[in-house]
Amino acid sequence: MIETLEQPRLVIHGRKVVGGVAEGEALVTRDTISGWGGIDSATGTVIESRHELKGVSFAGKILVFPGAKGSSGWSNAFHMARLRGTAPLAMVFNVMTTKIALGAVVMRVPTVTDCDADPLDHIRTGDWVRVDGDAGTIAIWDRRPG
Amino acid sequence: MVALTREEQAMLDGESGAAIAKAMDLLVRYADALGAERFVETNNVAGVPGSSPQWVKDHYAADGGDYRAVFSRYDLDSDDVVDVPRMNAFSCHLQGGMDPELWREQGMSEAAHANFVSDEAEVAGHGIQTLKTCTPYLAGNMPVMGEHCAWMESSAVVFANSVVGARTNCEGRESTSAAMLAKRIPDWGFHRDDFRLGQHSVDVRMPVDSVFEWGMLGYFVGDAVQDTIPVITGDISDANLIRHKHFGAAAASSGGVEMYHMVGITPEAPSVEAAFGGAAKGERFVYDAAARARVYETLNSVGSSTDVDYVMLGCPHYSIEQIAQAAALIEGRKVHENSALWIFTSRAVKAEADASGYARILRSAGALLMTDTCSAISQAVPKGTRVAALDSAKQVHYLPAMLGIEGLYGTTAECIDAACTGKWQGRLA
Repeated sequence: MIETLEQPRLVIHGRKVVGGVAEGEALVTRDTISGWGGIDSATGTVIESRHELKGVSFAGKILVFPGAKGSSGWSNAFHMARLRGTAPLAMVFNVMTTKIALGAVVMRVPTVTDCDADPLDHIRTGDWVRVDGDAGTIAIWDRRPG
Repeated sequence: MVALTREEQAMLDGESGAAIAKAMDLLVRYADALGAERFVETNNVAGVPGSSPQWVKDHYAADGGDYRAVFSRYDLDSDDVVDVPRMNAFSCHLQGGMDPELWREQGMSEAAHANFVSDEAEVAGHGIQTLKTCTPYLAGNMPVMGEHCAWMESSAVVFANSVVGARTNCEGRESTSAAMLAKRIPDWGFHRDDFRLGQHSVDVRMPVDSVFEWGMLGYFVGDAVQDTIPVITGDISDANLIRHKHFGAAAASSGGVEMYHMVGITPEAPSVEAAFGGAAKGERFVYDAAARARVYETLNSVGSSTDVDYVMLGCPHYSIEQIAQAAALIEGRKVHENSALWIFTSRAVKAEADASGYARILRSAGALLMTDTCSAISQAVPKGTRVAALDSAKQVHYLPAMLGIEGLYGTTAECIDAACTGKWQGRLA
């Protein structure tokens, strides 16, 4: 774990979906994400027409989004992303579904939901975020702490 | 933490073998992620167990790169490779990657076909029914009301919950493969009474009385209610299996609907009150002539050409009744030299189409009757396809975006006319 000396701007508390700790740059969207037919697993890129992240890669990012939608191939598409090395580092989401629960489990990335403050209102793309899945906490900095 | 029965704890502890222990381990992690408190038993599981393209097998080359390696490491998300026994639950394989006979026409390589044959032998060898369809309920797996199932395939899930009253969440590959071994699935979501109640209303003010109209209404409903449960009332008539199949597939694609109530039509909606179960009613949406016109426009918004070089029917897989209709529409005609017509169904229904003579009629017209897959699943279209005509709102939602082609939505008759003339003359009557 990286030592962070600066105090975070905010710490949000939620519930563990998948344990573990990861930190990195946030990628935030208010659009739900489709797995099969919605992402390209080889590049970790959103491909859905009219999606606000169309053409943007979530590989190595802390993905902050409302939740999953679409085909039952959601977990499979994100599991393939894990095999390709293009999965997000961690996930924070609002709406629990079987698609996202299973997807988070098989991606094996720290994941938190049921937050006490809406992460979509408090996390911006580019923020530095640490997700502690076991503690269910999300710490947010304006930038990567020096 | 999910509570385990003594039997479930024993499975987790390895008393029924290593594969079942790994399956339970994954199901426990999944149940805890959901926040489920217990499991339900299931003996009806539909998924895509162990089937994988060659690159996934190559990814596990160090583990042997075979079915056993993929099933252990990928399907069961296990750190160890274990021997995979025959499945314990009644288990079905949903759609696959290519037609077992017409794979060359679909542009598949010899190597990809050899991989397909090898996977299928493993699937059958592990006691899994090779139904190879997105419509298992038309091919030998029809659940009953209240039956706890673990199914993948959004169009089959919404059909099972809404039309049949069976109980399944929209499961994924890994959870269904694990459930085939452990006969358990988290008791969450659609397995529970309170989760199945309606959340929003849709008032239908246009006559919805054909497959074409039911498909458009489904697309509207999904877009309106997203992944919640709609309660639909109004001018819907002539319900039948095909119409429900197209409605549900469309609603699951545009929104993510996994269950719907049609008052007086579906089994858990004898009345509006019963459908909502006394719960608060949410938003109210109206489907009128203007809404219908907007849906038609959306479904026909990708592209502008009317030169149709491909017509795909069979999303979801055609029933025998639909194949009979297609044969009647095309009998005595020929598919145009600038176009192609592929019709997709299950192996079981194709066998019936052969026996009933419909397959011969389609063949003499120059159409191909294919099984197992569809153009979206296999990303296979006739070479050089630029404009596809489709009678499925779901397929027109996916196929143009996936393949970068233009798409047109119309009635089955308009699609078959397009196949025979190479020209699109569909319109909203």
